[in-house]
Amino acid sequence: MFDALSDKLQQALGDLRGRGTLDDEAISRAMREVRLALLEADVNFEIVKQFVAQVRERALGADVQKSLTPGQQVVKIVHEELTELMGSGDSRLAFSPRPPTTILLAGLQGSGKTTAAGKLALLLKNDGKKPALVAADLQRPAAIDQLRQLGEQVDVPVYAEERGDPVKAVRDGIARATADGRDVVILDTAGRLHVDAPLMEELAAVRNEARPTNVLLVLDAMTGQEAVNVAKAFQERIDFDGVLLTKLDGDARGGAALSVRAITGRPIKLASVGEKLDALEWFHPDRMASRILGMGDVLTLIERAESAIGEDEKEELERRMLQGEFSFDDFLKSYKMLRRMGPLQGVLKLIPGLGKQLEGLDDVDEKELGRVEGIILSMTPHERRVPHAIDSSRRKRIAAGSGTTVTQVNQLLEARKQMAKMMKLVGSGTMPQLPGMAGAPGSGAPRPSATRKSKSKRKRKARK
Amino acid sequence: MARSWGELLGETDAAPEPEETRAGMFSRLRESLAKSRRALTGELAAAAFDPGNEADWERLEEALIVGDVGVPATAELVRRLEARGGIEHLAEEVASLFGEPPTLNVAARPSVILVVGVNGTGKTTTIGKLAAKLSARGYSVVVAAADTFRAAAEEQLEIWAQRAGADFVGSERGGDPAAVAYDAIAAAQARGRDVVIVDTAGRLHTQTNLMEELAKVRRVIAAKLEGAPHETLLVVDATTGQNGLQQAKLFAEVAGVTGVVLTKLDGSAKGGVAIPIAYELGLPVKLIGVGEGLDDLRPFDAQDFARALVAG
Repeated sequence: MFDALSDKLQQALGDLRGRGTLDDEAISRAMREVRLALLEADVNFEIVKQFVAQVRERALGADVQKSLTPGQQVVKIVHEELTELMGSGDSRLAFSPRPPTTILLAGLQGSGKTTAAGKLALLLKNDGKKPALVAADLQRPAAIDQLRQLGEQVDVPVYAEERGDPVKAVRDGIARATADGRDVVILDTAGRLHVDAPLMEELAAVRNEARPTNVLLVLDAMTGQEAVNVAKAFQERIDFDGVLLTKLDGDARGGAALSVRAITGRPIKLASVGEKLDALEWFHPDRMASRILGMGDVLTLIERAESAIGEDEKEELERRMLQGEFSFDDFLKSYKMLRRMGPLQGVLKLIPGLGKQLEGLDDVDEKELGRVEGIILSMTPHERRVPHAIDSSRRKRIAAGSGTTVTQVNQLLEARKQMAKMMKLVGSGTMPQLPGMAGAPGSGAPRPSATRKSKSKRKRKARK
Repeated sequence: MARSWGELLGETDAAPEPEETRAGMFSRLRESLAKSRRALTGELAAAAFDPGNEADWERLEEALIVGDVGVPATAELVRRLEARGGIEHLAEEVASLFGEPPTLNVAARPSVILVVGVNGTGKTTTIGKLAAKLSARGYSVVVAAADTFRAAAEEQLEIWAQRAGADFVGSERGGDPAAVAYDAIAAAQARGRDVVIVDTAGRLHTQTNLMEELAKVRRVIAAKLEGAPHETLLVVDATTGQNGLQQAKLFAEVAGVTGVVLTKLDGSAKGGVAIPIAYELGLPVKLIGVGEGLDDLRPFDAQDFARALVAG
């Protein structure tokens, strides 16, 4: 995968801080990195071109803010443009004034329609609705069994017919669900290839029969360049209203979401973020933008922290963090809270810049974390409060006291500093400072890249 | 000449696919790759390609990127072609990134094939087709439903096993997948079956616990039968983008992947991510899925794939 885009941009731009504006040459270098990052994230080629042109326009002549490096400045612009592009349009589902509200799910095989149907039923049920599931997948072996089992798990009735055609199954299913007083009916259709004309025809027939309140395209977040063709074909045949993005719990950057949004104009409405049936969320465009850029997911982290941390300690910690006063006492406290937030591996992945470094680190060693605690506890109260007082002889003492090495102590000191900086920036409303993580595992040799290629291109030009 | 099943399975008297079936297969693959062919031939006909023209090289890059080949492998291909001064050898260079034609190792009795991958790539369907193909070629097959997680996965596999004329070993939903694999091997040994194919639950490669579970399934198989699993096949959806590389990397680490099955090539997706998987990780593509029918699982042929991707 990719280093955080801002790290790349930092390398490309160097420290141009204070130069006033970003000049053309610097922006060209930056745009190459942006283009590459978006391509690596599977954003469609054409969309990347358009998007980069748009960002370039905005970046030209933009003032470099004092608190940002040029790299961050560009990331900020890219992030804002992405968020805006993905966020426009109504991301809510439509509810019919006369029940039942119907929701048709369609998509390729294996995109996760049936599971998504179960999750959506649970989400709506928890919202106070009375959902029902209707099986219109009479193709895949055991698809109906799967839907029945999911219905049982979320305690939502399932209407299915083993035989007959999907159009009839949908008609009967909606009628029976309505008669039983269900107010939302979710229709699970068979997966199909967008190039399979007869099956697309059938889907159009199902849509015409059901006249659904919402039509959702279920899209796998791992989809590549093909997403554009898929979206166009489904839009032509069934004119979907929005997208339900699945498998976002993996490490796919999900550029396909941007492609589909850009090419069809349809918003992403829902995102599936885990195996568990309650892991379906309303879509957050800003988070998706961060993800596509490989920036982790600060907001999710903050949200998860909020649910795990008590109100009082949170407020106090927040106040201190935002002021950039982030002592080792705070570190220890936040660190203990962190542990309450669930499996650390998942939490850490949400931190910008850490995603890449964690690759290959199969488990964050819990012992390692114990060591962090050990180091902090080996500091005097004064040292914990005033970290910059920790000079080299104190470092040696702390290392000896905690049974660690000076290097390990140094790493922790650096980590605290980065965290304090980041928190301060979050507080001031600017972009989070992405930790440099110099020397961390994984930040080693760069892969062959278009940057290099473009150098060779320049050579080629020079030869002519 | 296209790869035949006999060649893939390392049978001694194996011959390449005869010309007539080959033509059918080739045209099918070609059809499925029509989109990328249009993209490439429309703009990149070798005759019209001017090696001195920067824009032509850029179009080549674009075409490969649009085929999901990814930036590093695209850069490598362009570099090699630049060195050769044109795109006449594109198919050849693409094919060369795939390395030597692989075989599917089913020589041991019984042989164990472990099938892994992320959710929704078509593992169960692939196993159904593979079981049918092996049965038709005279191998006796046991399929093991070690996907004890997904609702109705077992039912789906059982239907396929019946169609393929294979024995079926299942368990309770939520049961221990390693135990299912163990039972299936024991059954194959007791009944003198040739091949055991183990289906596993789809899992995202980032789910540490589930990947750990997969490592355990593998360990149990290895402990039960020396040399097993003889093959660990990673099923990759041709629609997948650059994340496919990440999948391959992590599954290879945990499950010792020996080959890739590229599915859903009957769509308009080009499956170009198979190129970086082969080139960067050295994992050969062994099989491709080109449709829903029992016959739509085919040995992978790098030459055909490359030609279908870039030529007519």
